[in-house]
Amino acid sequence: MPENNKSIYKSIKEFLFEIGDLSKFIRVFFRETFRKPFEFNEFFNQSYEIGYRSLGLVGITGFILGLVLTQQTRPVLVDFGALAWLPGMISLSIVRELGPVITALICAGKISSRIGAELGSMQVTEQIDAMEVSGTNPTKYLVSTRVLAATIMVPLLVIYSDALALVGSYIAANIDGDISIHLFFSEAFAVLDFNDIIPAIIKTLFFGFGIGIIGCYKGYRTQKGTKGVGLAANSAVVISSIAIFIIDLIAVQLQQIINIF
Amino acid sequence: MTEYIENNNVIEIKLLSKSFGKKEILKNISLSLKKGETLSVLGKSGVGKTVLIKCIAGLIQADSGTINVLGKNIITLKSKELLAIRQKVGFLFQGGALYDSMSVRENLLFPANRNLNLTNKLKIQEQIEETLENVGLIDAIDKMPSELSGGMKKRIALARTLILKPEIILFDEPTMGLDPITSKEISNLILKTQKTYNTSSIIITHDINCVQLTSNRINILKDGIIYANGTYNELKNSKDEWIKSFLK
Repeated sequence: MPENNKSIYKSIKEFLFEIGDLSKFIRVFFRETFRKPFEFNEFFNQSYEIGYRSLGLVGITGFILGLVLTQQTRPVLVDFGALAWLPGMISLSIVRELGPVITALICAGKISSRIGAELGSMQVTEQIDAMEVSGTNPTKYLVSTRVLAATIMVPLLVIYSDALALVGSYIAANIDGDISIHLFFSEAFAVLDFNDIIPAIIKTLFFGFGIGIIGCYKGYRTQKGTKGVGLAANSAVVISSIAIFIIDLIAVQLQQIINIF
Repeated sequence: MTEYIENNNVIEIKLLSKSFGKKEILKNISLSLKKGETLSVLGKSGVGKTVLIKCIAGLIQADSGTINVLGKNIITLKSKELLAIRQKVGFLFQGGALYDSMSVRENLLFPANRNLNLTNKLKIQEQIEETLENVGLIDAIDKMPSELSGGMKKRIALARTLILKPEIILFDEPTMGLDPITSKEISNLILKTQKTYNTSSIIITHDINCVQLTSNRINILKDGIIYANGTYNELKNSKDEWIKSFLK
């Protein structure tokens, strides 16, 4: 077999092995998570770490997103004489697509890398093994709590980020023009219905799950010492970012199909 | 179980094999550990000593053979039963494996809270303090692992193992990376805890002084098999040059 084909074959084999191994990891997560005893304390601790400690970063990016999007869109709408559509257009794009995806990507960078590095360093220093031999189920204590916390916290962070993006948008609308807060938010919410909000929130649950499970998987499978920890954190971010786009793609297609019926 | 009571073997391994990919690490190994006994396992680096004790602790799944720990074959145990056995088997890791996000007190509290049926918080605290006193590090109770030296980490890791009052302790290179004085202190501590807690132990080490001080019997691993078995003096007087070179 030529050298090039060999390396392609090896890459495909490794990719398929990784998919299989990740599926096994997810199966173990579901098997262990819903069995007693539940690690409530660690779950609340992780919710605080993942949710509360991300408020600043997610808030700032959400606010800037709304502000910049409004400033970039406004001149185009003015040219078409459609400035009145500005609040509705911004709120639709933020709630349906930009808010969830951008916030999830920020969370992938912050949360998935943190989980990957944390569990990775625990793995290479045998702390996970130590937990196991001292009678604690590490999947329940380390994985279930982090994945559940990410699944619940990411949608809440997206809602918070969306709200701040609309505030940013309102401020931008008032930098170049003059619109009352009442009129801006009435127009913004008038275009939104359940078909916009609910699917967007549902997909963020999957974003959160993806971020949590990929961070844990990469951390748990860390090898090769400190270099491996860096690789785990890095690949956790890369893979969860790709996963976010794939989940988004699937969610949008499903929504289109449901809307047809 | 009956067999365990009759022959007094707390660990009995028969025909244990383990491979990683095509590399055969352990080949049909059989060994036993009697109650109250200390067995040292020696061998070159990478020969499979750590794999052997990780198989005993159930951290690595063996390919074939039986590993009876306190009368139960841990290879066939379900996770709940394995958890119960693990409470009776302590494991001291090479680097200590202290939870670095927790203080020394929390490192001991973590297994104690989960495994000891002590509802009284004061009683648990008393037990933690008593265990730390036994390893001579009560002053470090509120320190973080990053503030401790290598020897102190090993002592705390031993205290974390001892808090569950295990019947068996598996030591993975307990003196590795320590200076000769600290190594001797750790070896003495192992000896002291064996007497105080009446434990049986398997020690993986390269430290001959530690072996001499603590062990009743020695097994030497070579090419995946138990190459030699005997007391320190028996092996030291062996005619096999390779064995002799190990005990120099």
